[in-house]
Amino acid sequence: MKAAVILLPGLNRDRDMIAALTKISGQAPQTIWQTETAIDDDIDLIVIPGGFSYGDYLRCGAIAARMPVMRAVREKAEQGTRVIGVCNGFQILVEAGMLPGALMRNASLKFVCREVKLEVANAGTVFTSGYTQGQIIRCPVAHHDGNYFADPDTLADIEAGGQVAFRYTADTNPNGSVNNIAGIVNKAGNVLGMMPHPENLIEAAHGGTDGRALFEAALGLVDA
Amino acid sequence: MIKARVTVTLKTGVLDPQGKAIEHALDGLGFSGVGQVRQGKVFDIVLDTSDRAKAEAELKDMAAKLLANTVIEDFSVEVL
Repeated sequence: MKAAVILLPGLNRDRDMIAALTKISGQAPQTIWQTETAIDDDIDLIVIPGGFSYGDYLRCGAIAARMPVMRAVREKAEQGTRVIGVCNGFQILVEAGMLPGALMRNASLKFVCREVKLEVANAGTVFTSGYTQGQIIRCPVAHHDGNYFADPDTLADIEAGGQVAFRYTADTNPNGSVNNIAGIVNKAGNVLGMMPHPENLIEAAHGGTDGRALFEAALGLVDA
Repeated sequence: MIKARVTVTLKTGVLDPQGKAIEHALDGLGFSGVGQVRQGKVFDIVLDTSDRAKAEAELKDMAAKLLANTVIEDFSVEVL
């Protein structure tokens, strides 16, 4: 499978993401600048990395979500292409309306940069099939606006549909997210957004490899 | 030319930790009796038209599409 990474001004985790995808898949992902209006047919996985696109002006991800490339990302997602948004990428996907809910200022009002523990809340998605249901994994977070919110009806819908992919363990919820939600998928299951950074825990030098299985699954390198 | 103001506020029921922090700071400054603070945003916009009805419709569209995130925010439009 071939991956592509979306580039926007102000993102700063793009190099980490490119390195992770390169190491795991054996080939460098294509990079796609924000002004592009089409994404090549042979791309099977689109990744929107973290950072501070457009300086977080207006709302985190708000401006980026309305750039031309996001129309192309949406079209590809509707055709079934896998999309992962990490951190700012998650914020961009909710701002683009490709995932439900919103990401608000952390309840503590503080930027949080540390390691959390995640529970794999649904191991049945194409992104989490390399984990076991309920498995606890380590993962770093680094964000100021990761407080997941959805109105009660939407939340009930997400929960009933198994759309919660990852939850923070109750004692490590870094931002006040409702139901400890750390990552969700869309209804079709091919778009994942998550605040934690699995790309920063993929090799021994990182101090752990818990994030690796996510990319292996997304890239079709593990048996679903 | 029309001047307008779009006000964006958090929906009722959406927690506002920033408003809470401001509330506490006001209390710390000795402003007692502040019941609640909710933080919002104001956009002053100048439109190149004299058609007020058209301007209002366009501003509402702008607010819904970009200025507000209607998942968590409400907006109001005021043509000045």
